[in-house]
Amino acid sequence: MDIVVLVKQVPDTWGERALRPDDHTVDRENANLVFNEMDEHAVEEALRLREAAGDGTVTVVCMGPDAATDTIRKTLAMGADAAVHVCDDALHGSCAVTTSAVLAAALGTVSADLVLCGSEASDARVGAMGSMLGERLRRPVLTDARAVSVDGTTVRIERQTDTGYQRVEAAMPAIVSVIEKINEPRYASFKGIMAAKKKPVTTLALADLGIDPATVGLAGSATEVIDAAPAPQREKGQIVTDGGSGGLRVAEFLATAKIV
Amino acid sequence: MADVLVLIDLAVVDARAQPRKGALELLAAATRLGDPVAVVVAAPGSTDAVAETLAAHGAARIVAAESADADAVLITPSVDALAALVGSGSPAAVLIGATPEGKDIAGRLAVRLDSGLLSDVVDIAPDGTCTQSIFGGSTTVHARVRRGTPVIAVRPNSFEPVASAGAGTRESIELPPTDAALAARITGGHQDEVRDRPELSEARVVVSGGRGVGSGENFRLIEELADALGGAVGASRAATDAGWYPHQYQVGQTGVTVSPQLYLAAGISGAIQHRAGMQTSKTIVVINKDPEAPIFELADFGVVGDLFDVVPQLTDEVRKRRS
Ligand SMILES: Cc1cc2nc3c(=O)[nH]c(=O)nc-3n(C[C@H](O)[C@H](O)[C@H](O)COP(=O)(O)OP(=O)(O)OC[C@H]3O[C@@H](n4cnc5c(N)ncnc54)[C@H](O)[C@@H]3O)c2cc1C
Ligand SMILES: Nc1ncnc2c1ncn2[C@@H]1O[C@H](COP(=O)(O)O)[C@@H](O)[C@H]1O
Repeated sequence: MDIVVLVKQVPDTWGERALRPDDHTVDRENANLVFNEMDEHAVEEALRLREAAGDGTVTVVCMGPDAATDTIRKTLAMGADAAVHVCDDALHGSCAVTTSAVLAAALGTVSADLVLCGSEASDARVGAMGSMLGERLRRPVLTDARAVSVDGTTVRIERQTDTGYQRVEAAMPAIVSVIEKINEPRYASFKGIMAAKKKPVTTLALADLGIDPATVGLAGSATEVIDAAPAPQREKGQIVTDGGSGGLRVAEFLATAKIV
Repeated sequence: MADVLVLIDLAVVDARAQPRKGALELLAAATRLGDPVAVVVAAPGSTDAVAETLAAHGAARIVAAESADADAVLITPSVDALAALVGSGSPAAVLIGATPEGKDIAGRLAVRLDSGLLSDVVDIAPDGTCTQSIFGGSTTVHARVRRGTPVIAVRPNSFEPVASAGAGTRESIELPPTDAALAARITGGHQDEVRDRPELSEARVVVSGGRGVGSGENFRLIEELADALGGAVGASRAATDAGWYPHQYQVGQTGVTVSPQLYLAAGISGAIQHRAGMQTSKTIVVINKDPEAPIFELADFGVVGDLFDVVPQLTDEVRKRRS
């Protein structure tokens, strides 16, 4: 079984995150860039599915600047077999709809029975890439998986909902988005890190995908940011130390605020 | 005035369909841009059950897109219905709730229409400019759609439902047949026993517990306070990772984003990823025994104390004041 995993590099949520003042795109230069958490779980799930199937390949596809090489290396060290890196300066500032067109084209260069992606990237939190790609590639999409299994040509998931879960199935080839509760990602071993250096990484520019640069990036995007500003700081509230009546003090506060 | 399509998310309560609070919020949001047209994509008969409520919250028209598959196939029936309606009219925008499922519908629809998509929108101006809250609420952005019919995913609790009589004219459209090769079909599942609690993302009050709660059993204290306040229960990731409370109640970056009137955090330190899911709450109350816990920076009112003392006392007092 051949599996493709979509991975994104994002600013670390532990650090300060900001938009660039000049063009309102995510400031990647001043951020600590990390592997989007859910995508790490997607890679882990792909490796497990390949191991369970006993054959096949795991290829990661990543669209991002040069720096994303770090994230790609990490997936190869975990055990992915190969990578496709879509990297072109003209992509800077692409909106979600535009990004989906580029990733769809990149997916056209690799064969896959199953495409895995994260339910959401932590930077823009559009949370829809799997569905957008399903629309473009005409494939079924199973979203928010907390468990995945493959049986012949059928893929089944347990889909997390706000009140429990649903069992969902579809015919392969299909696309599955996963949440972080699905598994515990492995650490790359020393051997894995060494082996990663010899694994093939295909770098594709827009021309390789036959995409007109005018249709992507800031100029080709379907949305635009007009302005951005830090949200106003919350005013500092009243902090009391519990001397035996802490609960009563909260109740009083809630009553004054007309909540109780 | 132009139409604004609003996708109505339904909940089933006592075997009867009713619109979620988020759907009524969307009807209110839609009036910023035009006349709200409620679109119900659900099993046959559902629209009859909800039409009155939708009209009472401003729906000018109510479109039923009903089929047996609407509830059995993921995402695509809603996309099909909305795309057909965009094609036959020329709405000013399509509004969808920014829930995980809503975001998937919105993304897929935007691709089909080749339209701009704005997610996590918290306000909409009459000229179509949208306000988004990003990076866990630390940055506010104004953005607009440059191409096609704007597809706008609105974050729950950003608008108040408004009681206002709409004409509620009924219509129906036929959904295209499901393409079996492309369908993701729901074959079963499990729903938590229905509790008398509001849904987390739309609750006016959320009481959350973290690692400080200490065990799944102790979450009873959090539930009792939530029930006394008529609120929903939330949890930090430390608590859901430990298996003390189910994942779907996790608040934060990788969980639910909430923006209630009151958020009460007990035994939660306030890591940036937790704050990302709650810092736009109107009022924040904190109970934590560590005065240095960063969550106190967000507190409108905070108690430095042991939650095992403070929470039960608060629950009793709220019950007293309410009775
Ligand atoms: C990519 C990523 C995504 C994440 N997403 C999320 C997310 O969506 N949601 C989320 O919550 N976290 C998320 N996290 C985890 C986050 O970083 C924290 O680890 C987590 O929020 C900590 O949970 P906590 O506050 O309950 O636990 P802790 O940080 O351990 O804090 C426990 C607090 O309880 C207090 N306490 C202990 N006992 C008592 C008592 N008896 N009475 C009163 N107070 C007491 C302590 O003083 C302490 O402040 C994410 C992390 C990463 C890296
Ligand atoms: N630039 C990108 N390169 C590769 N994968 C991506 C990219 N952007 C998004 N994805 C994938 O799509 C998922 C959902 O992202 P989003 O819809 O942007 O929140 C992510 O978890 C990734 O798996």
